[in-house]
Amino acid sequence: MTKSATSKVGRRAVLAGLGAAAAMPGLTRYVQAQSSEPIRIGFQVHRTGIGAAYGRWYDRTSKAAVKVINAAGGINGRPIELVTEDDGTDPKRGAEVVEKFATAHRADVVFGTLFSHVVIGSAPRAGELKLPYFVVSEGHHVASGMLNRYTLQPGITDVKSQVQAMAPFVADNLGKKVAMIFPDFAFGHDHRDFFSAAIAKQGGEVVAKIAIPPTESSFTKYFARIPRDTEVLYHVMVGPAVLTFVKEMGEFFGASRPEIFGFLDSLEAVDLATPGLEFLDGTYFWEGNPRYAQADQSAHDKFFREAVGVDANGASVSDAKDVSTYSHMFGCWETLHVIKAGMEAAGYQGPADRAKLIEAIEAMGPMAESRAHPQGAKRFNGKTHQTFGHQFISQVEGGRLVLRHRTSIEDTLYPDEVDYTTRPL
Amino acid sequence: MSRALVLHLGLIAVLFAAAFLLPAYHHGNLARIMVLAVYAMGYNILFGYAGLLSLGHAMFFAAGMYGMGLTVRYWDWPMILALPFGTLAAAALALLVAVLALRTAGVAFMIVTLMFSQAGFLVILYFNPITRGDEGFVIPQAARRLAGLDLSDPMNRYLAALVLFSVVLLACHRLVLSRLGRVLVAIRENEERARLLGYDVWAHKLGAVVLSGSVAGAAGAAYGALFGSVGASFAEVPFSILPLLYVLAGGAGTVIGPFVGTAFMFYLRDLAGTVTDAHMLVAGAALIALTLFARRGLMGLVRARWAGWLP
Amino acid sequence: MEFGPHLILALLEGLVQASVLMLTALGLSLVFGVMRVVNVAHGEFFMLGAVLAHVVAGWFGAHPALGFIAALLLAPPLVALAALAFDRTVLHRLGHDPERTIVATIGLLYVIQQLTLMTFGPEARPVTAPFNHRIAIPWIETTAAGLSFYFPWGLSTTSYKLFVVVAAFAASAGVWLMMARGRVGLVLRATQLDRETAQAFAIPVHQVYGFVFALGAGLAALGAVLVVPIRQAHYLMGGDPLLLSFIVVIIGGLGSLRGTVWAALLIGMSDGIVSVFFSPTLAKILATLLVALVLVYRPGGLFGAKPA
Repeated sequence: MTKSATSKVGRRAVLAGLGAAAAMPGLTRYVQAQSSEPIRIGFQVHRTGIGAAYGRWYDRTSKAAVKVINAAGGINGRPIELVTEDDGTDPKRGAEVVEKFATAHRADVVFGTLFSHVVIGSAPRAGELKLPYFVVSEGHHVASGMLNRYTLQPGITDVKSQVQAMAPFVADNLGKKVAMIFPDFAFGHDHRDFFSAAIAKQGGEVVAKIAIPPTESSFTKYFARIPRDTEVLYHVMVGPAVLTFVKEMGEFFGASRPEIFGFLDSLEAVDLATPGLEFLDGTYFWEGNPRYAQADQSAHDKFFREAVGVDANGASVSDAKDVSTYSHMFGCWETLHVIKAGMEAAGYQGPADRAKLIEAIEAMGPMAESRAHPQGAKRFNGKTHQTFGHQFISQVEGGRLVLRHRTSIEDTLYPDEVDYTTRPL
Repeated sequence: MSRALVLHLGLIAVLFAAAFLLPAYHHGNLARIMVLAVYAMGYNILFGYAGLLSLGHAMFFAAGMYGMGLTVRYWDWPMILALPFGTLAAAALALLVAVLALRTAGVAFMIVTLMFSQAGFLVILYFNPITRGDEGFVIPQAARRLAGLDLSDPMNRYLAALVLFSVVLLACHRLVLSRLGRVLVAIRENEERARLLGYDVWAHKLGAVVLSGSVAGAAGAAYGALFGSVGASFAEVPFSILPLLYVLAGGAGTVIGPFVGTAFMFYLRDLAGTVTDAHMLVAGAALIALTLFARRGLMGLVRARWAGWLP
Repeated sequence: MEFGPHLILALLEGLVQASVLMLTALGLSLVFGVMRVVNVAHGEFFMLGAVLAHVVAGWFGAHPALGFIAALLLAPPLVALAALAFDRTVLHRLGHDPERTIVATIGLLYVIQQLTLMTFGPEARPVTAPFNHRIAIPWIETTAAGLSFYFPWGLSTTSYKLFVVVAAFAASAGVWLMMARGRVGLVLRATQLDRETAQAFAIPVHQVYGFVFALGAGLAALGAVLVVPIRQAHYLMGGDPLLLSFIVVIIGGLGSLRGTVWAALLIGMSDGIVSVFFSPTLAKILATLLVALVLVYRPGGLFGAKPA
């Protein structure tokens, strides 16, 4: 019986090896000259689980970016090969996938994770494996100092920046008494804490903090907690129930609503023309990147939209009902371009140069608005491994989002909480 | 030496040898599988031998994980203290749950454990300022040392997982052959008869829940320490169903079944993910096929066909 | 919001929640009661109902009412057929063994989720309600001039939500009539009481099982079609209904339809009421523990004849 058990394990290992090898044409060609070998970028994507709606657009954007980069000669003349693995939007699987990229796929770097809990589950393994890990998550986990030298967020701003940059506009234009509704998990608490502090600086106050349990699927009973003297309702919600949330908000208020300011997370991948959302007309949203092509659209945004296959309304060119996650997905595009720039600056040859790549990116600093950065200019902080950039505030007008305000990069800055460059590579 | 003991010692020997032979990828996978198999073995004590189907074991796993993680995070406890503390926390929770839940049986027991576990998950979210809610937190690499060994090193991690796995495997082996184990099986098969024979059924079940919960907690503490992060997804309902699946796939009521089931499910997911995006479809179809063609799980099939002596 | 209006609002919301839960739980209760198996994929049948409602309503894009009625007529039977097919091909061969049914239905859950993700996609998609009017509800307050009516901010419901409550109760009454009065009910109850004896009386037990499994899935789908204009169809929406119906069935007492109805009302409403008094997540924790403790002290459920 001992023997039988042995062969079972052995056979499975062999099968697994074969399966992996079959999926890795790169490995069999490994004998070729390094210079023509593709750069293998592991793409950790939420294909299943609660992140799937985001994952689908992260996937499309990343593929488009790789196509554009490869058409222009790749990285140092070497093409990018995207190796995709689904993490099921699950931290446990996320860590396993990072290991798989490092040891089975022999990826040069890994990128693409969105949900914060998956980042936090995966990042320790990336750090141990000394595998550069680029997240596109907007979480504050990177800049808070919780992670490690090998984890960076160069393509999208974090929630702390986004939230604090909103406070001046809200206080000046909408009102000073704010009621907040947010999901009762870490992301929501970041909104609560950072915004409360920022609005206080503007002379405003938060009159109610309503945390919604993440297992909830009906919301009306919570809107009843909004105080009568509320001037501005600040909402942010994530997950599959967001549309229900916004619709019930409309039904709750009827004709007499306060000013409403929301984070577009509450409506990512949701069509604004959905019946029941008419009440949003006149309300404001934070946008990471304007979903609707604006009158003064930049040439870079135009190029980005066309490359990814997004129309002027932020939906797929092949299906107007298939609305993109426009406020977040540009982060994948920009991150891939940062990886390219970093590898070229570091003279990256292979996994032995991973430390050099980290140092090269840490040294980057400002990034100009360009095809590589269609969302706008960025300022990368090498010490905190976090990028800073412009934020957008739009108003709903006739079922479209119209840009009203663009914050400066300075609005998003805050004091460093960590210096990763002091940690060993 | 009995055939069963030879088998179990043999498995440990093979896993030890594999530590030095396997390629890095499978080496890492196997370390994970061993820790998860400990979780499944803990589950099997209750389900496979005592016949109690719990849908709330994630709370014990999480109690171990957070018991370890929070003491390290806030009080800088060394692993040598934090790991046993996590296990103890799980044992204490299991005792509390057992006292209440054992007033019920059958499906009511399933629901009560499910509800307690769900409450536990919500408690983690509720105390977000301490636990960081759903996001969880990282156990710093510097804290992940045991007896001077860096647990984040692949070989150390593998061997640490193997030590835990071996201890629990052999303990289960002993348990099954012990008086306690036999009484548990007697209770599973016919509770009334066991009671008439003069056994204190309640006390034996209580023991089984606490033991099962402690082993699950040890797995949770070890998982956090070896892989470096703590998170609320390990307290969610699907994570309670996982060990049930592992045990049923491997063969409930066999000592080696949980390991076989865990390895099977792990690689099924992994290979399916390599071949197709629709990995859930493959896993689902495989589970259905399993119920049709290997009704008592993989090792149950082995026991029925070839090895009736399998414990 | 003041206490009074807040409570009324919570009760109204709870009632809508409870009526949909009632239908879904009745489906599970039948399966559980008659077949003595746990169908882990019950929530997925709910989800399929919602997703099919979106698809069917899309075929009749012209008018929302037409699309909704078509969905109401087509989606539940389609889901019931799918369930029947699964019972015939898999569960029947397992002899409806409880443990293996759990594993097989977990497998089915994965299969349904993945297939929906691949065809329907990961987004939440709406179905337009056939009619939807906001109904503001007045409240009394004492002012200097004495008692007076006013319309508190937010105290409202919609005509469609009221329709959901009525429809769910009507459908549940139908199920009850079938069980209590009809010949079908007699056969089901006989099978539930004693499978062997029923077989001896020439009741085709396995066909009965297939019928019950399909009926249970159909009821879940019906609940979903009703709720989908309020809540959107999404491929992961099956988790909650499964857990809640599961709880309702046990609290109500195994196999007791009356108990299931009461338990659905209790669970649906208590969730709303507790949320008035405590912070939301704390309310969830307390409501969860409450249910657990009810079972600890009444293991047979609140309405069960004897402990399970």
